[in-house]
Amino acid sequence: MSDAAASTAALDPHHDATTSTGIPNKKLLMWAFLASDCMFFGCLISTHLIYRLHPPPGNPDPREIFNPPLTSFSTFILLMSSLLMALAVSAIQRGNVRSMRHALLGTIFFGCIFLTCQVYEFSDFVFDKHMTITNCILGSTFFTLTGTHGCHVAVGVLWLTLMYIRSFQPAEGTSGNAWFLRNLLHMALFVAAIGLSMYLVLDLVHGLQAAALTAALPAFLRRDALFLAGAIVSYVGLNLLGRTRGPVSFNEANAIDVESMGLYWHFVDIVWIVIFTVVYLLEYI
Amino acid sequence: MSPPMQDALVKTNFITEEPHAPAKHLVLWRPTAKTGLISWLTTVDHKRIGFLYGISALFFFLVGGFEALLIRLQLAVPNNTLLTAEQYNRMFTMHGTTMIFLAIMPLSAAFFNFIMPLQIGARDVAFPRLNAFSYWTFLVGAIIINLGWFMKDGPPNGGWFGYTPLTTKTYIPGHSIDMWVMGLQLLGVASIAASLNFIVTIINLRAPGMTMMRLPVFTWMTLVTSFLIVLAFPAITIALVELMMDRLFGTNFFEVSNGGMPILWQHLFWVFGHPEVYILILPAMGIVSEILPTFSRKPLFGYPIVVFSGACIGFLGFGVWSHHMFTTGLGTVTTAAFALATMAIAVPTGVKIFNWIGTLWGGHLRMRTPMMFALGFVWLFMIGGFSGIMHSAAPADAQQHDSYFVVAHFHYVLIGGSLFALLAGIHYWFPLMFGRKVSEFWGKLSFWVIFVGFNTTFFPMHFLGLNGMPRRTFTYDANMGWNDGNLISTIGACILGIGIAIYFTVMIFTYFKGERVGRDVWDARTLEWSLPNPPPEYNFAVIPTIHARDAWWYEKHHQEEIEKEKAAHAGAEASHGGIHMPFPSIYPFLSAIGILIWAVGVAVIDPSPAPGIHLKLGMVFVGFAFMFANVYLWSLEGADGYHLHPHEEHNEPSQQEAHQ
Repeated sequence: MSDAAASTAALDPHHDATTSTGIPNKKLLMWAFLASDCMFFGCLISTHLIYRLHPPPGNPDPREIFNPPLTSFSTFILLMSSLLMALAVSAIQRGNVRSMRHALLGTIFFGCIFLTCQVYEFSDFVFDKHMTITNCILGSTFFTLTGTHGCHVAVGVLWLTLMYIRSFQPAEGTSGNAWFLRNLLHMALFVAAIGLSMYLVLDLVHGLQAAALTAALPAFLRRDALFLAGAIVSYVGLNLLGRTRGPVSFNEANAIDVESMGLYWHFVDIVWIVIFTVVYLLEYI
Repeated sequence: MSPPMQDALVKTNFITEEPHAPAKHLVLWRPTAKTGLISWLTTVDHKRIGFLYGISALFFFLVGGFEALLIRLQLAVPNNTLLTAEQYNRMFTMHGTTMIFLAIMPLSAAFFNFIMPLQIGARDVAFPRLNAFSYWTFLVGAIIINLGWFMKDGPPNGGWFGYTPLTTKTYIPGHSIDMWVMGLQLLGVASIAASLNFIVTIINLRAPGMTMMRLPVFTWMTLVTSFLIVLAFPAITIALVELMMDRLFGTNFFEVSNGGMPILWQHLFWVFGHPEVYILILPAMGIVSEILPTFSRKPLFGYPIVVFSGACIGFLGFGVWSHHMFTTGLGTVTTAAFALATMAIAVPTGVKIFNWIGTLWGGHLRMRTPMMFALGFVWLFMIGGFSGIMHSAAPADAQQHDSYFVVAHFHYVLIGGSLFALLAGIHYWFPLMFGRKVSEFWGKLSFWVIFVGFNTTFFPMHFLGLNGMPRRTFTYDANMGWNDGNLISTIGACILGIGIAIYFTVMIFTYFKGERVGRDVWDARTLEWSLPNPPPEYNFAVIPTIHARDAWWYEKHHQEEIEKEKAAHAGAEASHGGIHMPFPSIYPFLSAIGILIWAVGVAVIDPSPAPGIHLKLGMVFVGFAFMFANVYLWSLEGADGYHLHPHEEHNEPSQQEAHQ
């Protein structure tokens, strides 16, 4: 069906003539799924609020644990990633694959910043503030709720990455095992680049907190030389694989795929606005 | 009628080309088998997936029925020792879980899959591979829930409602509850994925002219049920996540000593649990709304009202969950509000009953087997509804709560309601699915035995409950005055068992040896009956244009107009390359295998002693990796397909001849 749609001359990204309503099937599926996800987060947020309204004796005060400047920063980054996501959708609707790739990479980058902040926040809460998932009900509800949201962001980053990689699939007729293997390599490099970068940034930050720059930096370089080298290799590899060779099969007809992914990404951002308001900001009123 | 003539009537008279799969690389092969095991594992045909759901559901229905018989035998006489208290707990837990999640829901899903696309004039659901994935994930969930039978921890024993703190690690340390939690979680994933698919299919894949207010009522109820599933299941998903976190990672959601509140579980569970009741009954109402007009030879009385009542029940169903918790001390205002909402939901339900009576009124009734089951549904469901309204009054409910009165009520709604309609649906659509018809004598005999057995089993329970007999108690003393009622009830259960046995024996016999019938055996009204039986894999050689609410009835009475229209459409479609058919795919099945691996890792493997934690994490990692790899390959292989050019033969006998 998508082949037939692709061959039709003027593509309207907002109308699918093959469906009864004109709404593309994938978009409708995503909206219905998001309705379901609303209930999902609604129940989790309710659980957190109920236990905030009925805290047991000895429950820690969240204001002594939370770090509002850090969370505000990561919230801002996540919201800005939505802008980049919207630019990616707009680019592919105009058939500009190159521009879409840049916007997707930006979205992935911002998503990873958010995730890194969350990892930092969690380790801070657990190791420095001594709130774990087991030792108090606040820890149970907080980590479960924000962790579930973090998983949604991580799934979104994975999806964005796969979409980015897919946009390199050569046009029909040139596809084969070679492309499939390059695809796998591309994925492996992405995993390595993201994983190593997040680790290195966190390690550097923890080092800087423990000691002055002059002492922390050489120690960091010695300690993580291998990881640093790995990260550089994976970035070089990504750069090489990211160069376009010949025509690709990805075009305006795939706009609906990017748009569905965008709906998911925006939704996850909106959920975070609710979580940030209800879980963090309400505590300071 | 001569045998070849009969064959021509029964077998599909379309000539199709063989699909030619394009050569692909080593991993992204597309299976093309049309028969054999591989064809079933890779099928994306909604009708075959419907059969898979149906077979699985009937298997688990028999398992759940066997558990019910053991329960009844244990309760036949006072102080019985057939089952121990522990075994009894496992029986009623597994009976409830099995019947709700593994029998009635998938049996409804079987009809959603098989019938709904045919009723709207579609060639498949919107996402055929996702549909296959839903089935295989359902099967994985069913396997996980039932694994306990083969393990030392035994099957789940915390009740189908899984109330905390009973189900926390403190009280049930073994893996039986882990399996229950993980199994239900996967069934939720499967149900939501399937429902999203049905929603998109009904909204987007309707044939030209099939407006929403021309949808057959069964399709409407599929839509409403799908929305209920999509919106209600997340609540139990979260409840189960929290329980799982408590059990696996030591969180405090339901840990009273650290401030957890078990009442939260009840709220989350019933926010799901009450819409679930309508998930079970609305498809049944849809089936009955198809059968009654067909056998009354009248259109459904007040179609828009029936549709809106169904949607209204769906909406109100989300606002009544706390009536399961009247005795927990919610407070007067809350209790009063939920009592009123519960009474209100009886209104659209009653409206439907009157519409069914209105459909029968003045009709030319034909008392065939499906009609008998459908009429049984109306009557028995009404009794269940009456006792339901009795529960909605909170003071009365305080007396009836956790007594056999409640057991009587919901079995009238679930067996007398859901199951009777589903059994009616099997009889009704059997000729369409298999081209054979159940003999009227054996069909009616099974109906009467089931009807008598059912009422003998469950009617006495009303009295037992009002006389104070509690639920979920494995035995009772002889001097309580409950002996006669229980004995009658057990005898009734045996009669019911015999009735079900007759029903299924006759079905199996009919499948192999039953009377062959032609197209549209019941002289029915909706679009699925325009197809030959069994329907070809592409369903409609020409996508029909819909001119009226009872689309097939209109076609039968405007044959010339329809012929011309179809010829024109067939030409147009052939010039566009013919019928687009999706390739089968193995990846939905393999993805579900990945899920099975990690789910077993999470739910079954002990983290200690020594190698346990490595095995557990290893299985989780391998399972996730395998699942991810297959989902990725699934997306890479794409929604490819091939084209068919069916040629309808024009020497087909008229519908009337086929009917005789």
